[in-house]
Amino acid sequence: MYDIKTVLKATSVQEALKLLGDNEDATIIDGGTDVLIRMKERKLKNATLISIQDIGELYGVTILENGDILIGPGTNFTDIEENSIIQKHIPVLGYACSQVGSPQIRNIATIGGNICNGAVSADSVPSLLALDAILEISSPDDTRLIPIRQFHTGPGKTILKKQKELLTKIIIPKDSYENHGANYIKFGQRNAMEISTLGCAVNLSLSDDKKTIEDYRIAFGVASSTPIRCPFLEEKVRGMDIGEELFKTIRREVLHEVNPRDSWRASKELRIQLIKELSRRATKQAILNAGGTV
Amino acid sequence: MGVGKSINRVDAIEKVTGTAKYVEDMLPSNALIAKVLHSTIANGIVKSINIEEALKMPGVETILTCFDVPDVLYATSGHPLSLDPNHPDVKDKLILSKRVRYYGDDIAAVVADNALNAQKALEKIVVEYEEYEPLLTPQAAINNKISLHEQCPSNELSRMDFEIKDGEVDFYKGKFSDDPYIAGREDLKGTYFSVPPVHACHIENNSCFAYMEGKKMIVVTCNQVPHTLRRNVAEAIEMPIGDVKIIKPYLGGGFGNKQDTMYEPVAAFLSKKLGGRCVAILLTREETFVNTRTRHGMDIYASVEVDENGKIKRKGLKLNSNGGSYGTHRHSITAYAVTNFFELYPSGEIQIGESSTAYTNLPSAGALRGYGIPQIDFAMESQMDDIAMEKGWDPIDFRKKNIMKLGFRDPFDKFYVKSNGLEECIDKGRELIDWDKKRKEYDQFNKTSKDIKKGVGMAIFCYKTGVYPIQLENAACRMVLNEDGSIQVQIGATELGQGSDTVFAQMASEILTIPESKIHVISTQDTDITPYDSGAYASRQSYVTGGAVKKTALLMKEKIIGKAAAIAKISIDDLTIENENIIIGKTKEIICSIGNVATLINFINDSSQTEHITAETTYTCLSNCFAFGASFVDLEVDVPIGKIKISKIISLNDSGKILNPQLARGQVHGGVAMAVGYAIGEQLLFDSKTGKPLNNNLLDYKIPTSMDIPEMESHFVETYEPTGPYGNKALGEPPLIPQAPAIRNAVLHATGVSIYKLPMSPQNLVHEFIKAGLIEDGRE
Repeated sequence: MYDIKTVLKATSVQEALKLLGDNEDATIIDGGTDVLIRMKERKLKNATLISIQDIGELYGVTILENGDILIGPGTNFTDIEENSIIQKHIPVLGYACSQVGSPQIRNIATIGGNICNGAVSADSVPSLLALDAILEISSPDDTRLIPIRQFHTGPGKTILKKQKELLTKIIIPKDSYENHGANYIKFGQRNAMEISTLGCAVNLSLSDDKKTIEDYRIAFGVASSTPIRCPFLEEKVRGMDIGEELFKTIRREVLHEVNPRDSWRASKELRIQLIKELSRRATKQAILNAGGTV
Repeated sequence: MGVGKSINRVDAIEKVTGTAKYVEDMLPSNALIAKVLHSTIANGIVKSINIEEALKMPGVETILTCFDVPDVLYATSGHPLSLDPNHPDVKDKLILSKRVRYYGDDIAAVVADNALNAQKALEKIVVEYEEYEPLLTPQAAINNKISLHEQCPSNELSRMDFEIKDGEVDFYKGKFSDDPYIAGREDLKGTYFSVPPVHACHIENNSCFAYMEGKKMIVVTCNQVPHTLRRNVAEAIEMPIGDVKIIKPYLGGGFGNKQDTMYEPVAAFLSKKLGGRCVAILLTREETFVNTRTRHGMDIYASVEVDENGKIKRKGLKLNSNGGSYGTHRHSITAYAVTNFFELYPSGEIQIGESSTAYTNLPSAGALRGYGIPQIDFAMESQMDDIAMEKGWDPIDFRKKNIMKLGFRDPFDKFYVKSNGLEECIDKGRELIDWDKKRKEYDQFNKTSKDIKKGVGMAIFCYKTGVYPIQLENAACRMVLNEDGSIQVQIGATELGQGSDTVFAQMASEILTIPESKIHVISTQDTDITPYDSGAYASRQSYVTGGAVKKTALLMKEKIIGKAAAIAKISIDDLTIENENIIIGKTKEIICSIGNVATLINFINDSSQTEHITAETTYTCLSNCFAFGASFVDLEVDVPIGKIKISKIISLNDSGKILNPQLARGQVHGGVAMAVGYAIGEQLLFDSKTGKPLNNNLLDYKIPTSMDIPEMESHFVETYEPTGPYGNKALGEPPLIPQAPAIRNAVLHATGVSIYKLPMSPQNLVHEFIKAGLIEDGRE
């Protein structure tokens, strides 16, 4: 039995934004896989919910004329995983979405919810970070575009202004996926129905002869207080030849930019070992996916 | 028809189509809901509870606090009444407690018109505590100046210490210690093993509701032992046993965690307080983890000394068990564990066992599939492989030199082993897993493979069937013959999903020739109607209740033949039953069908002949026997991330005659899957400073999912156990037992690293591999 005061249904972004402005302390709900848990845990009481589930413009995956890929934040994980544009151009994101929870959860939970909930363990976020996704944020009088790297500000915290803003688009620039190879590894104790102990996404491009790393982007979930990228490591790795030295550098340097916690869920020692090992493995697989050899 | 055949479960259609009714399905629409207020400290006293604001909340009917309950201590263990003064139940529970003994103890209860209103009111209650330091381990608790229970000042609930000499046990009173020296002897230094508390995680959370009809208290609950529960409830709410009725409908998994009395006394007491209105307590998953029972966490020091020929010469064991906040089964589980160490491998010269169960500020530990043996088997079987590795022996050959043999006399329960398929289980498993080839092949592979290591490992076990002679082992059964030649079978033994109703139907069919489709085993127990049974535990029902079903079916057969003989005026001795007909044995001439007899005798207008044919007997079981088995595991370890990938588990079981091969395989699959969780994933975690449970939910508590369960093979070595009603022995619990050590020994083979602690989670393995140098820190 859920402690719900009222459920308001929006059918357009404008309506949702108006309802947000009119209802103090209202909570946006789409798939509900995070919101309902908060209600069950009595962290959210006497809730006013604004459902955005029926807003058609928030749903779907399209490819724009310039080659950028547009993902509606109301698209659920299963639909992303099975989408032909995703499968063809950014399979890493499709795979990351397939790692969320269980089939039942993936059929209802949305990628926008995954981003906005702000969890450091969000499965879709490391890949979106490594793809330099752009987020469109709408308010009643404005829309702004911001890189996903600036979106998360702390555990469960984002730059979204409460009662005012809504995530309305996720854009993957063509430059991020064209001629790139990528890989995401989620580490969890179980093989399904699992929260990420550590997630690592690598997105890279190779020189024409496939021997040198040209572009290199590496992102982590649960390695710090927000999902993060490692800019200094990326700078070091760009231009390096594929070989043992590359992997040694990654294993060594990656630790300077992460800050994993010691908690009852996983020791710092385990997380550090995972960061080193998964960086190496994800990079290796991304090189293979980009047509290189290791 | 009959035993030995894979007939479909008798409850399959109800369960698959959703028409089977469980406790929550039966909840009356006007039932009130009670929510229990759980303490937010682990050790202390409730100084005051302010319910003023809570009482004003909408929908609230009443609030009960720990200051309002009768001062009557009651027992919670699901054991039959013991007339032996040496084995009394522990009575240490009140309906609500002002003495807080674990984080989550029950201190108040709100009854409201629905769960949300009850919850909202609960949040308004203000509690003031006097807080003591949480005592979470036996070391911390035993002999601490703060006692958890007045009647047990030392916090040491019980001990069992003994030396076995010439097959006889000398008991003595030892002293608690947590050093590795068994009985303080320098020459018996144990290796330390530790296993954490875990939970049964049955799908149906513990739930019950209670209401009154006149002066009668009716409790509907998912409990494995309805007759014992009735006694405990009657005692707790101070009503005569005959005025209490327990109804147990279909049950969604129990594994021992529904053997004990949980919230039934609270619901019944609240109903009584509200003039008999229906009050339900439906635990959440989070509560079920903390407020029911756990498998005992144990600290185990095991010492085994061998001679040059591979024979065990001396054995010593010290076992310190964490019993948690309430006494439940007292020392039974720990005693089961400590004695098992001297049964599977009896040794020659010295055999000394010491064991302790402590009261601590953790949730209460109780029965859970395997009853202490999974813990000791992990230590015992891990140690056997360590010794074999150190000596350069093949682990199987070493075991076979020392295992219990046919004719062994159990020094504790003093029965002789009359069936033993252990060696055959081992030999068959060795062949099926291709042991000799794989051990060598993987040794070669591991020499060059750095990250991925492969291994095969094995472990064995023995497990008793039922609890004779420690406790009463009996059961009753009643059969009622219908005029169409079908029968209803009433038993107090409970179906928990394990398939007991189905094998009882097969047992009756075996004797009466009536097909199982016409044998209606009444699955619901109602203590006003159902004959007595001690219930589902100790893998006893097919062995003990099976005896009652057999005995009753034989009596029913005798009655049917007797009536047929009288009608047909033929001597009883000439008649028998075949294919539902009464026939003349010699000529096979059909006299009439069972249905004909029933119809005629039921309705004949002749007072000397008319009878509604029923049969009822009580069977008292005065025997025990060991089930045996082995597990063989083939796996690989991804060393840098500490992940075990099990390729295959082969489980071999000697459970005597197999009554229903398909159901038996189901039991094995379930047991193996549950054990995979115990081996590599599960542990209940508590904050070490506050005792607060940390992972009491199914996200953070890692039971395996279907994606984590490996390929399983199940094989049976069918011996014939002469004391079993159909040659059968325990099967419900055994398949779980050897999996954790078999997986551990395969990890040892793969990596060369001995693990002494469960679970073998990635974290624990990575830590061990770093320590062992398998993962180079940095590895630049």
